[in-house]
Parts: sequence; C-alpha cells; structure tokens
Amino acid sequence: MDLIAQLEAEQIASLGKEIPDFKAGDTVRVGFKVTEGTRTRVQMYEGVCISRKNGKGIAGSFTVRKISFGEGVERMFPLYSTNIDSITVVRRGKVRRAKLYYLRSRRGKSARIAEVSNYKPKADAAGAQA
Amino acid sequence: MRSGVIAKKVGMTRLFMEDGKQIPVTVLLLDNLQVVAQRTKDKDGYTAVQLGAGTAKVKRVSQPMRGHFAAAKVEPKRKLCEFRVTEDNMIEVGAEISAEHFLAGQKVDVSGTSIGKGFQGGMKRHNFGGLRASHGVSISHRSHGSTGQCQDPGKVFKGKKMAGHMGAVRVTTQNLEVVKTDAERGLIMIKGAVPGSKGGWVTVKDAVKKKLPEGLPTPAGLKAVAAAAAPAEEAPAEGGEA
Repeated sequence: MDLIAQLEAEQIASLGKEIPDFKAGDTVRVGFKVTEGTRTRVQMYEGVCISRKNGKGIAGSFTVRKISFGEGVERMFPLYSTNIDSITVVRRGKVRRAKLYYLRSRRGKSARIAEVSNYKPKADAAGAQA
Repeated sequence: MRSGVIAKKVGMTRLFMEDGKQIPVTVLLLDNLQVVAQRTKDKDGYTAVQLGAGTAKVKRVSQPMRGHFAAAKVEPKRKLCEFRVTEDNMIEVGAEISAEHFLAGQKVDVSGTSIGKGFQGGMKRHNFGGLRASHGVSISHRSHGSTGQCQDPGKVFKGKKMAGHMGAVRVTTQNLEVVKTDAERGLIMIKGAVPGSKGGWVTVKDAVKKKLPEGLPTPAGLKAVAAAAAPAEEAPAEGGEA
C-alpha cells in the first residue's frame, strides 16, 4: 500500500463512519448537520441517489436528487464528510445505469424506479447495514 | 533565519476536520534529512547549512561525493540543497531534522520544479485569448495574433510573449499553510498544491512574507532532541539546542 492510500485508510478508520451499502437508484435519507448560530441540528434530506463518484475511498461522494415543491433539487455529499450524521437506505431501486442523469429530464410517471425484490446484503456489509 | 527542509512530494489527499470542513492537502515526506556540511563566515564568506535527503546507492555516487559524505559521516544522499541561515541557527553536521521543524498553522514557502508541459502555444502558455471562431478566421483560431507594430520599430520586442517551452522551471509558491505534521513518519501536510510532480523534490522554508509564529524550534526541529525530550514531556520538543 502506498503512503497516500495508507493515510486515507487511517483517516477512514479514525472517522469511524458506517457507510451502508447503496448505489445509484436507491432512495437514501441523509442526516446533515446544520449550524444555526451556536446550535447545530440534523436536517434530513431524502431522495434518489443518482450517482456515486470516486469509489469508496476518502474522496468518494454521492448525489441525491429529490423533487422539492415541484422543483428538482440535487445535492452532492462527500461520503466521509464530518457534517453527515447518518445515511440510511430507504428503498433499493432496480436500475441499469451507474449514473441516473436521465432522471433530470423526466417528470412524474417516467421518473419512477422499480424496487429490487431480491436484494441480498453483501457478506462483509451485512453487519454494517442499518 | 532558520534552515528550510528538503522534502519529497508524495501526493495529494484530503482531510476532514471536526467542524465539517475538508481541506485539500499535499503530503510531503522528509526522507533521512540530515545536515551534510556547513558554510561558515571565515571559510566561505557566508553562513549556510547543506542538507541531504533520500538515500543513494553507493556505487552510483561519484568518488568525490563519497568523500564529501564520508567527511560528514552520513549515508550518501540523493538530493543536496543549501539553505542560508543566520549564525545562531547553524545546525551540527549529521543532525537529522524531523517534521516537527514546522508547526501546524504556520505559513511556508515551497519551491520545486514544475511539471514540464513541452512546447505550448500562446493560449495555454500566456493565457492569450486566441482568434475568433468565425468572421473570416481560418486555420489560426488558437494563434497568438500580432507580435508588434510596422516598419517602425521594424522588429519584435524582446520578451514578447509567444509560443514556446512551458513548465519544468523552478517555481515558488508562497504562504502555504502547514495543516499537520507527523514526526514519526516524517510527514508534513500542506494545504493546497505545491509545484512539481509526485516523487519530485521540493524545498520548504518559513514564509518570508509572514511573521514567524511563537514557539518555533530553533535552530531546527531535530530528531535526537525530540527523542530526548519525549520521555520528559509528551508535547512536541522545542529543540532548544544552541
């Protein structure tokens, strides 16, 4: 392992985050810490994950899209951000793409995603699944 | 004026801070960094320390250089650099400098050889605008355009920015922040990018345009001193050896 990979692995270990197994097409709920003045609270953001980028490492990130008051909203989160309180998978979607950018031009019925009926948690992620 | 250090650029990564910020950092490695020679006022007319970093294969080191390293009683080094220091900041020959030479939060200047880009046009090399996409321009959309006037002066002025070789020159980036140091592994993490490619050598010095922070180890953060001070107190050694 080179030095950079080692440093990143150490940082991931020290952050102690539990990242559930999810991919594009899954509906996720992200608890994001918001600071208002002096106090912080956790804001929930729920939507469809339309892309996972840069793998599972420290640089990894994902994009969540939701329709808010009739307007499409997309938000990108770094996987290991210290601002993220929790990530929960609400629903597992069945998709044939890694990036679901086509959802941006869809509305309503055609923007639906079928649910996976036979989801099996990975052996190593079984314990981590929330 | 303290000595700087020679470091090897390992690569870049990011650090997530407790307050939710993420900081892009370049990781620099101090690899067997030792003082190889001193330049003194009476002998050389100026004061400086010559540092050496890395390890070189003995058979690939020339005979004169082997003698030079033998005189200092250090292993042959891959890279040698001189740093001007004031007389009170002289470091003994053979002393090994640790990453605690710098404090987290202090500003440094980093010099290195930038990545070579080869022969480049005016648009990339000097940020020229190029020519228009249409309105009669043909073939020369990325050309530099006019280079001067007419019969008077009748020449292209010296220093005119044109296409040519870009990169592979010594570049100094000033006032970069030290985010973290790791004395055990000899790592310095610096916010942002530093010149050069991965595996390249850079020199790191205290920023010339910023005030030095309090509590900097003088004349240098040395390894032996840090080891001696470690049992006494857990805090990073101040290196108070004059």
